[in-house]
Amino acid sequence: MKAFRILIRNIRDAFISVIRNFSLSIASISSITITLVVVSISILLTYNVANFTRLVEEDVTIVAFLDKDVSPERILEIKDELSKIEGIESYIFESKADILKSMIETSDVFKNIMSNWDDTDNPLQDTYLIKVEDLHKIDGIADQIKGIPNVSLVKYGEGVVQNLIKTFDIIRQISIGIVAALIIVTTFLISNTIKLTIFARKTEISIMRLVGASNITIKIPFVFEGLFLGIIGSIIPIIATVYSYAFLYDNFDGQVFSPFIKLVAPNPFLYVVSLMLLGIGITVGMIGSWWAVRRHLKA
Amino acid sequence: MAQIEIKDVKKRYKTGVTAIYDLNLEIEKGEFVFIIGPTGCGKSTLIKMLYREEKPTAGSIFVGGLNVAKLRNGSVYKLRRKIGVVFQDFKLLSKATVYENIAFALEIFGLPKSEIHGKVIKVLDLVGLKHRAKNYPHQLSGGEQQRVAIARAIVNGPKILICDEPTGNLDPKTSSEIMDVLTAINQMGTTLIMVTHNRDIVERMKKRTILLDAGRLVKDFKEGTYESV
Repeated sequence: MKAFRILIRNIRDAFISVIRNFSLSIASISSITITLVVVSISILLTYNVANFTRLVEEDVTIVAFLDKDVSPERILEIKDELSKIEGIESYIFESKADILKSMIETSDVFKNIMSNWDDTDNPLQDTYLIKVEDLHKIDGIADQIKGIPNVSLVKYGEGVVQNLIKTFDIIRQISIGIVAALIIVTTFLISNTIKLTIFARKTEISIMRLVGASNITIKIPFVFEGLFLGIIGSIIPIIATVYSYAFLYDNFDGQVFSPFIKLVAPNPFLYVVSLMLLGIGITVGMIGSWWAVRRHLKA
Repeated sequence: MAQIEIKDVKKRYKTGVTAIYDLNLEIEKGEFVFIIGPTGCGKSTLIKMLYREEKPTAGSIFVGGLNVAKLRNGSVYKLRRKIGVVFQDFKLLSKATVYENIAFALEIFGLPKSEIHGKVIKVLDLVGLKHRAKNYPHQLSGGEQQRVAIARAIVNGPKILICDEPTGNLDPKTSSEIMDVLTAINQMGTTLIMVTHNRDIVERMKKRTILLDAGRLVKDFKEGTYESV
């Protein structure tokens, strides 16, 4: 009961304090707001870059061409051998007849040339289309597939894929670095602003100490205040993020410049981002207040 | 054991200035003690050590059984809950009402609202400011603000009240009113230690008076006056 009373009092005091120290609160809130907007933009960019690279990576396929005279039994055996290779996510068999059929469907030129081919004069080869779990391991997996008897050729865009992997790795590292740096900068910026506002209230803290408040009793209302500042400070960034991203997505039909670069769908993405912003705002507000008060309690 | 026991206390600041030399002093429960002396004699340092704003460099200080010299920063509140402190500049929360300023000292203990209300009203009545409960400090006179500060200091029922020049900013009439309040508190059994420069008050009150000079206890009068100094 006593603990509950103290908790309620702390929440009430924190709320009153945000209002009473309005100009100081505004300083903290605007610093949280501005930095969260920047954080939000970088999260949106990072997610979209990650999404784009993931889509591209998913498209990378190893094509294993089988010998022309391979028997249906052998094709099944190859399937078993593929299933034993580690790191393969999925594989599909495409017979030369299937390939012929799909090629005929793609263009009239092909149709004209190929429609007369029957099973005996079809020059195409049966294939397995293989996707790997981790693109970094594609070279090794391709080598293992090459080693399977009756596999005549393995193609997966060697060289291009390696470059792609390198580029994407760099992009990912840079974007994660930017977000991490921004969050650190935000924490410092917000904690500094809160430090300034709390400095203005050091008399209040000294009076609290004077009347016998323990350090933890003094810190808690400030931490709750940080929580409120965090919540209030994240409102504008969340609204701005949700509306502007949804607007952007609708106006670009979910893609940028070409169908190749797809934006992440707003639902549930925007909920996740909003929660992240709220979480960052609250955490940084609370930690910032905690740090700032701590300085005034060392006497 | 006396309520306050100061043994071989020395205080040397980091700047190299020594404010107190080998001080020995005992104050019994219920006493009214003036601490006087010229500016820079160590009065403020002495009482700052009593409420552990400063730590002695050597020696021991027992206040109500607590060794203040060994009190860790995180445990200072244990001492502060046993004592009340009043300052020359009142140290009130400017953005809180009179009532809130006093209630604040009780709320940190998690007392129920009704109990807080009862105690605040009682103490406001004692200092004669019941009608000012809803005012803010800037709406009060200096004397009234000091009475609020005294009310806040005693609302927890401390056994010891430490006053650092409580009348320093007040005119003689108001000072005299404040002294009446402090006397009443002392008569209820609270030990009262007061640093002052006010010659009239010391002479009129005829209470134990400790004279410090250059960091040393020079004289300890049972019924001190400035004249006897």
